[in-house]
Amino acid sequence: MSGRPVLLSVEAQDLAALVAGRVSDGERFGGLFASPRSDGSTMLRALLARHGVRELLEARLAPGSNSYPALTPLLAAASWYEREIHDLFGIEPVGHPRLEALVLPLGPEETWRPRPGAGQATNDVRRPLDDSALLSHVAGQGLFTIPYGPVRSGIFESVEYLVETFGEDIPYVQSRVHYKHRGIEGRFGELGLDDGLLLAERVEGTATVAHALAYCQALESLCSFEVPRCAGLARVLHAELERVACHLDSIARHCEGAGQSVAYARMTVHKERVQRLRAQLCGHRFGRGVVVPGGVSGPLRLAPAEVLRALGELERAVADDARSLMGTPSFLDRLRHTGVITPAAAAAHGALGPVGRGSGLAADVRSERPYGAYGVLGFEPAEPSSAGDALARQQVRLDEITSAFHVARQALDELGEGYDDSIWHIALPPVGGLGLGCVEAPQGELVYLVETRAGRLERVKQRSASFHNLALFPEAFGGDILTDFTFIEASFGLSLAGVSG
Amino acid sequence: MAWVLRGLREGVVTTRYPRRPDDYGPGFKGSVSVLGAKAGSGGHSRTPARGDDSELAALCPTGAIEDRASGVALDRGRCILCGRCVAARPDIFAFEPSPEVAALHRNGLFVPEGHENDEEVERLRTELRSRVRSLRRSVHVRHVDAGSDGSEEWEVAALLNPIYDVQRLGIFFTASPRHADLLLVTGAGTEAMVGPLLTTYEAMPEPKVVLAAGTDATSGGLVHPSYALRGGISSILPVDVFVPGSPPSPFSLLHGILLAVGLLPEDGRR
Repeated sequence: MSGRPVLLSVEAQDLAALVAGRVSDGERFGGLFASPRSDGSTMLRALLARHGVRELLEARLAPGSNSYPALTPLLAAASWYEREIHDLFGIEPVGHPRLEALVLPLGPEETWRPRPGAGQATNDVRRPLDDSALLSHVAGQGLFTIPYGPVRSGIFESVEYLVETFGEDIPYVQSRVHYKHRGIEGRFGELGLDDGLLLAERVEGTATVAHALAYCQALESLCSFEVPRCAGLARVLHAELERVACHLDSIARHCEGAGQSVAYARMTVHKERVQRLRAQLCGHRFGRGVVVPGGVSGPLRLAPAEVLRALGELERAVADDARSLMGTPSFLDRLRHTGVITPAAAAAHGALGPVGRGSGLAADVRSERPYGAYGVLGFEPAEPSSAGDALARQQVRLDEITSAFHVARQALDELGEGYDDSIWHIALPPVGGLGLGCVEAPQGELVYLVETRAGRLERVKQRSASFHNLALFPEAFGGDILTDFTFIEASFGLSLAGVSG
Repeated sequence: MAWVLRGLREGVVTTRYPRRPDDYGPGFKGSVSVLGAKAGSGGHSRTPARGDDSELAALCPTGAIEDRASGVALDRGRCILCGRCVAARPDIFAFEPSPEVAALHRNGLFVPEGHENDEEVERLRTELRSRVRSLRRSVHVRHVDAGSDGSEEWEVAALLNPIYDVQRLGIFFTASPRHADLLLVTGAGTEAMVGPLLTTYEAMPEPKVVLAAGTDATSGGLVHPSYALRGGISSILPVDVFVPGSPPSPFSLLHGILLAVGLLPEDGRR
């Protein structure tokens, strides 16, 4: 079902017009990625999605040719991808309106580039951070910029938001995400397939299972491989529990921001119990070591009946508190009409996951391109909301928690008893090439493009939903003020580790 | 009003740790131990046989296993708990559920414990104890992420939920470094965070303590080496306590914080 992507070779000159044309015909732009070849050329790949089909438009840049006509003037959603490629490879998208550094702390004069996938990057580069360039997006009288971060008040991942404001309204917010850049993609290129899995699990730790799944599916797509039935079911179970934990985290952050101390305490207790249940199932609170290429590492460590009982208790407790929360006016007032992303803006950007589903986009990889056992279980996505505000995104998450519990129970029922002697994984035949893995992570569609040769990883490009959605962040500040910031950020539910790479 | 009742309904959910051990974690991967190296482990008290052990070091993706002349040693500060060594050589390596893995000295993270640094550790312990004397009743923690994978933040934040409820122990998280006594750093130390990390450290009043939370913060873990990383934070700041783990569980973090401020019961509180 996951299958290889459709590849279409195009000229770099035509890439922008072709992609923009496809998007205006209703396809979804899923990202733009670069991959260096050993002959010194570079392959640019634009990912397009129409329902379950994933197509890659490939344009080859000859050795020494370091530019191409930018996509961004025709397709704003490509902006961050082109900035990232410029940072990592030094390839210039000609005509990009704001080609500032995104994932690397590069000054404008810096010419060094890590070029992940092109062999060893130099490891001894130490450059001072260029802090002088706080370029604002909006100009006007009385307008100033509040740099918020990278060390922020609370237990957060490091990111700097440049809040451009008159003092109350926020016309624009820039995100400076380079603080957490770890050079993950360069590191992938130094690893074998087994170690690559361990690194994938650590790209975005809160979505460990989703990343491991996408990485493994990319490898499995190379040999058109279907995982054993039990393994598919176990993958679904672990992935859905991860979704519940991530969504509870987002909801708890809303409660904290609104000063709902009891609701916050309750939601964090539920989340802790989910993490403990996951640890009981596999020995790790984040599900590391569960998903392996060809299946899962082994049977559940708890009897299905026991898991079902624990799930039932959790589901009842969460649903009960969620009902009260959604009936607490002082809480709802903070979310309603806050951080509105119009369905038009969401569709133009191709917003992913709960952010997209809160703004009328139904796309969900679990039903479009069923993987694991989602197809067998007949997974149906929840109805999207079109309100587009933080409340809609919260409601989407609550609905997804309900459906996650339902799917997890289905998977357990299917697993049944007496599964101890089942086959949990099958060794993959060593096939080289370009594999694609697409997974509906808790944050939205997660994409892995994996190129292997002779048992080594040549290039791994991961595109987390956090990266794609964070570019949409400024859109959400239409009529909102400084005190809404917490809710808008929490309602996006992003992980910065996945953004910075 | 409904929320008040809702909050009371379930009674006390909080752990009694550290006064009583917590029974959480059957089968939980707290750390990896080298079997047969500890005294009193029955008939297995031999040092693992050498010979085929040249492959032992190659088992580990982060180079945590050292095959020394004196026997096999494992560096928990590099271990990312992937379990590959446990699966391949269950006769030598095993998971241990205990979350109490923090150490005051980088070499203290090796198992089996080396004794070559006993004096050094004692000196560190005495120095730290006199430094943190004023923090024994209450310690304020400032967290900074220096390139984590995001899961560490979840585990740090979990300390504030009612199950761990660290405020009961006088541990508070603070927004301002001016109020902070303990700097808790997650992540492998990105180049871009060196500046903000130093600024935060310098803004903290004396006495101050630095805790490296997680294997990434201790050694760089699997993401190191990389052009963007320093390979742990001890090259940036003077680290007092190392808490390995990928990520370290909330109990591990709590143990590390208590160790830092000398509040562990066996530490002789009064």
